[in-house]
Amino acid sequence: MIELLVNGAKYQVDVDPDANLLWVIREHLKLLGTKYGCGEGACGSCTVHIDGEPMRSCQLTAKDAQGKSITTIEGIPADHPIKEAWISEQTSQCGYCQPGQIMQAVALLARNPKPSDEQIVDSMDGLLCRCGTYPRIIKAIRKAAGRGGSR
Amino acid sequence: MRDSMNRRSFLKKSFVGAGLMLAVNLSGFPPILANARKTEDENPTKEWAPNAWLRIHPNGIVTVLINKSEMGQGTWTGLAMVVADQLDMEWKDIRVEASPVRDEYKDPIFGMQLTGGSTGVRHMYDTMSKAGAAAREMLIAAAASEWKVPAGECVASKGAVTHPKTGRTLGYGRLCTRAANFPAPQDPPLKPREQFQFIGKSMPRLDMFDKVNGKPVFGMDVFVPGMLCSSIEKPSAYGAKLLSFDKEAAEKIPGVQKVFTILDGIAVVANTTEAAWKGCKALNAKWTPGSMPDLDDISLQRMCLEHMRKKGLTAKNIGDTHEALKKATTRMVSTYSIPYVAHAAFEPQNCTADVRADSCEIWCPTQSQTGVLNVAMKETELPADKIIIHTTMLGGGFGGKVEVKVAQEALAISKTVGKPVKHIWSRKEDFRNDCFRPGSLHMIEGGLDGQGSLIAWRHKVVVSAIMERLMPALVKDGIDPTAVDGIGNMDYSMPNLYVEYVKLDLPIPSGFWRSVGNSSNTFAVESFVDEMAHVAGKDPLEFRLNMLKQNPRAAGVLKKVADKGGWGKHASEGVGRGIAVRFCYGSYVAQMAEVSVDRKSGVIRVHRMVAAIDPGQVVNPDSVLAQIEGATIMAISVALKERISFKNGGVATSNFSDYPIMAMSEIPRIEGHIITNNDKIGGVGEPCVPPVAPAIANAVFAATGIRLRSLPLTPDKVRSASKVKS
Repeated sequence: MIELLVNGAKYQVDVDPDANLLWVIREHLKLLGTKYGCGEGACGSCTVHIDGEPMRSCQLTAKDAQGKSITTIEGIPADHPIKEAWISEQTSQCGYCQPGQIMQAVALLARNPKPSDEQIVDSMDGLLCRCGTYPRIIKAIRKAAGRGGSR
Repeated sequence: MRDSMNRRSFLKKSFVGAGLMLAVNLSGFPPILANARKTEDENPTKEWAPNAWLRIHPNGIVTVLINKSEMGQGTWTGLAMVVADQLDMEWKDIRVEASPVRDEYKDPIFGMQLTGGSTGVRHMYDTMSKAGAAAREMLIAAAASEWKVPAGECVASKGAVTHPKTGRTLGYGRLCTRAANFPAPQDPPLKPREQFQFIGKSMPRLDMFDKVNGKPVFGMDVFVPGMLCSSIEKPSAYGAKLLSFDKEAAEKIPGVQKVFTILDGIAVVANTTEAAWKGCKALNAKWTPGSMPDLDDISLQRMCLEHMRKKGLTAKNIGDTHEALKKATTRMVSTYSIPYVAHAAFEPQNCTADVRADSCEIWCPTQSQTGVLNVAMKETELPADKIIIHTTMLGGGFGGKVEVKVAQEALAISKTVGKPVKHIWSRKEDFRNDCFRPGSLHMIEGGLDGQGSLIAWRHKVVVSAIMERLMPALVKDGIDPTAVDGIGNMDYSMPNLYVEYVKLDLPIPSGFWRSVGNSSNTFAVESFVDEMAHVAGKDPLEFRLNMLKQNPRAAGVLKKVADKGGWGKHASEGVGRGIAVRFCYGSYVAQMAEVSVDRKSGVIRVHRMVAAIDPGQVVNPDSVLAQIEGATIMAISVALKERISFKNGGVATSNFSDYPIMAMSEIPRIEGHIITNNDKIGGVGEPCVPPVAPAIANAVFAATGIRLRSLPLTPDKVRSASKVKS
């Protein structure tokens, strides 16, 4: 039995401590916004916050996250400036990688509320999107950082 | 066909208290898809379904049922706008959901329920317009009868019917019950364009809120009670047969429940996906070498060259190309090669199936509901009316989710274990089982006359067939239309054109990939046009326009990108500009690229893309811009980086670490321009792809004098071409 703290709630999960954190979040906790994309930390679709730091959950075990605070896309309020900017910039297409992108962006703004374009790209560069929403992701982050938007 | 299909749908009107129903949450906790199995009288409130395409709730909410899969292209929002305009309602009251899979939801032009060829809005516009208009007429009739006034005195507007003479108003929700008593009009009057409040304006996507909150139910997110998770260990070489495997080792993995051979591999069924995948690894399966054990990148290249020497089939023959080339003042031959590329949609292929003795239920992120239904009938031996298919949200498709192999596997396993199973391909399996955009080799010979005009074109293409497997009825006299799309029907007036097709028969499956034959063929055609322009000593834009005098819309998009992109004006030091154009799926698109090249490292940097699309009419302009941006980025990714690698008779590529795709730091500035007119609506999801790769290669030539004829345009090719040149 592993105890996990996710989005402020405590869960007792009956899994092997070495179970993959991404699949524990999805299949055991049924928090389905966190996505499987590659399983090797190469795409970022599974990004969650561990004690506020954006991490690829597919590269962690349940044990790694024990005693830490995990935040998933469901734990970011709908009125968070990043989520609102994402909507006003009409950012998502298929939407599959977007929870990971949003988690990375939320962490970026928490650390650096006024990132430059270069800092935005630096922080977001490891997160891949097959639909090509990158230009709108940049605009959304700029907007959430109070640097205006296109609409 | 279109008329009969519409009639069938419009003649039906019913309450949906029994039949279609709202979301039924089967397990209580995770989101479960709408339209679940038991629907009889579970919704106490009667919604009214004026026809198959929409339901109106007594609270005024209108739900549009959409037969096209939403995979990011925005088709759900676009089609909802069409209904909302004809019905005349408030945008806040509209909802969308995936339609069921039944005959009345077939695309009236395809005769199948299929999302492909950028047909969402253009194939369904008329049907959805009529659906909205018919409902509006019935609501007006209902109000008129309640007030005992002539229907002609009543007006439907913004979710209500009013009688201006007496100032009375009734909301659509309030009119539902009475409206159901009126006959569905077969040919309702359609609102003219001047009265549209949505079409032509940028409307926010209806799926956006859910998508930023992690709420949409993709195929991966389906959980049904009592379900197991499964995987099939398959050979890495095409056509390989199973020799041995360690069943006990797999069974020892915690969570693994059953291990058995099935289809072309070994199924591992477990409590979780992770356990099923671990079980597959533990199998240590051994296979025969397969049907083409020597297949690798080198042998593939050799086979293409060998096929180039073979006699092919004549796909197009205009004028007398042989004679015209003989008489030409200048002749030139070039060869272009294009690799196999993957769809790599971010949601890997998956399917959840529940096969029972007398029924079957499937949840699937599919682009081909008809394909899934057909494979389900085959695997279960059940009739169509015993099979329920739910289309989930799709985490990308790009043509790859037209394939039904993953559904076949899920069905076969569920049938064997007698329980619902969720069957997910890992990223590696998704690469290895993909039906790729086929690689191809092109040899083109062109001839210029004394004035420097291109008057003869001989084109030989070596490529695998796609339609033979997917839509054999479209193959005429052995010519696969996808093999020569963009060549035989090129946009230019060509007095002498000879196109020859040599089929490359390989075990590698080829499929629909965003714009299909257009994407690879346009690289060859538009690169060669550029080469001939330079040989003729002409400006590449003028050279093209000279051949487009009969094709004003193609000329129009080229002029647009030239104008907006500063064509002919001075570019920054070291920056080259290239252009290309293609008509694809009803829309004309031109792209202009600005690139610079680091000769030492060989890295091509795309700084700016200027795109222009002429799709005739536009429903949701912002959605068109999003498709310009997305398709352009995907196409740059493919032009610069992507190539599937083969070894030992199968696919060597396994993940994004050995198949890098475009990242944020690599994207250029993208400027999209939309041209509208009164022509028929064209597609928008795919047509921006084809001109991107040639525009970049042409820009590389303009910047450096290096002509790259082999995709992807990787640094090593630039470096070796640089050496040859210096």
